[in-house]
Amino acid sequence: MIHTLLEKNGALTEKPKENYAPMNEKLKIKISDLSVRFGLTEVLKKVNLGLRENYVTAIMGPSGCGKSTLIRTLNRMNDIIQDCHVDGAVFLDGIDILDTTTDVVELRRRVGMVFQKPNPFPKSIYDNVAFGPKIHGMAKGKDLNQIVERSLRDAALWEEVKDRLKASALSLSGGQQQRLCIARALSVQPEVILLDEPCSALDPAATSKIESLMVALKKNYTVVVVTHNMQQAARVSDFTAFLYLGELIEYGETKQVFNNPSSRLTEDFITGRFG
Amino acid sequence: MKLRKFKAHLAFAVIRASAAIVIGVACLILYHLFINGYKVISWSFVSESPRQGMTAGGIFPAIFGTAYLMVLTLMFALPIGIASAIYFSEYVSAKRSRLAVVMRSATSMLAGVPSIVYGLLGLGLFVLMIGFGFSLLSASLTLSFLTLPVIIAASEEALHSVPLSYREAALALGATKWQMIRHAVLPYAVPGIMTACILALSRAAGETAPILLTGAAYYLPRLPASILDQFMALPFHIFTLSTQSVNPVKTRPIQFGTVLVLILLVLGMNLVAILIRTHYRRKMRT
Repeated sequence: MIHTLLEKNGALTEKPKENYAPMNEKLKIKISDLSVRFGLTEVLKKVNLGLRENYVTAIMGPSGCGKSTLIRTLNRMNDIIQDCHVDGAVFLDGIDILDTTTDVVELRRRVGMVFQKPNPFPKSIYDNVAFGPKIHGMAKGKDLNQIVERSLRDAALWEEVKDRLKASALSLSGGQQQRLCIARALSVQPEVILLDEPCSALDPAATSKIESLMVALKKNYTVVVVTHNMQQAARVSDFTAFLYLGELIEYGETKQVFNNPSSRLTEDFITGRFG
Repeated sequence: MKLRKFKAHLAFAVIRASAAIVIGVACLILYHLFINGYKVISWSFVSESPRQGMTAGGIFPAIFGTAYLMVLTLMFALPIGIASAIYFSEYVSAKRSRLAVVMRSATSMLAGVPSIVYGLLGLGLFVLMIGFGFSLLSASLTLSFLTLPVIIAASEEALHSVPLSYREAALALGATKWQMIRHAVLPYAVPGIMTACILALSRAAGETAPILLTGAAYYLPRLPASILDQFMALPFHIFTLSTQSVNPVKTRPIQFGTVLVLILLVLGMNLVAILIRTHYRRKMRT
């Protein structure tokens, strides 16, 4: 409780949105004519989208519009789903990651992912964060400790867990577990962080922490967040994409999408007429 | 309205009676064995060798032989069983290839093969063809074949019950498929696999036909010195005492005592399996 109060006044809630001046026009990820189908069901239809480096891009839309499928394509997590067919191209720093020659293991190290439901391993807090660096053979001993500390700090969890790193990750609260999962994703030094409805299983207090964290993360990472919650998209993102029934309806700066949507569908969704 | 209630009562009565019959039979067997066998059970009974043409003395060599056999069987069956389970559940189950279907049905068919057939297979393959002779090695290899289908099926189930979210978490961090299996799946399937192995072994501990044909001895004056020696075993000892002995009537208390020891051994293994399962279930939850 005290922690929460302290952090309310701390660095976390200082939204760097306003003073984040330098306009970076570089596209970290470029999605071109991406179509995905599961068996005969078309989930994504010719989606074209550019994701800017060091910004938060929100992908929103009603349930079943294909937003999770879209970000799961960005780290090829859909590979593990049977009958999943992907067409088109996704360029990460100009290289097509859908190409068969892509090293998927390296891709997933560069493009980290946080899932809808917090999914820590039933190991200690330390081991959860150390898992990634260990399997990549990145560090041992003291270096590993440093990586763990840095990752937990970046995920704004260090102060809460530094005295009980050996405790089971499952003893943490839901919000802490999700931040632990973010720390785990950060531990392998990715360039892009994908968050698939990271707050849908959390209470409002935990949600606001994760939201501040997402905003803080864009300093060093390109952040893509899927959400069906438009307020969340408005709060955290710089750019917003609106997906509906597998099609990209609207994409632009968040302010513009919310204040002056160009499509009737977007307007209806934002004003809560459906979704 | 009344008829509906009557039917409900009737259904529950039948269900209860069925359960009572099962429990009753189990209790009856245990009671019968205990009443007839407990008198001969003593420290000397479990620690000494049989004497006077097996009409007196203990059954230590048979206990030792069965334990030795179980350890060897586990050593052979466990790695092969886990490896095949991983293969079935992680590598072929995703592709519904014809090969996978054929292999899977071959494994489940193995489970239906009568144990005497395993015995004959062991006799032909290990004892005669490969030339291990009548030995612990031949018998344990035969028994490991017998336990494999059970171990594979249960291990596969244990692997399947590991949440998808662990696999996704590992893969999303850039784990290779093998790293995912090794670090994010297998550790959490181990309790289930262990439970399955112990249960399969406890089943194998009571098997008579396969070891009868592959290495169990009627009587041995000394303990097996190596895995190429013959051995005495509890189920076969019961069989010889009751059918091959000079005086089956006189040895009846020893027979009951031996059966009781075997049953306690099997129940003990089952208990350990249950304890492992509950321990890890609790651990996984907190």
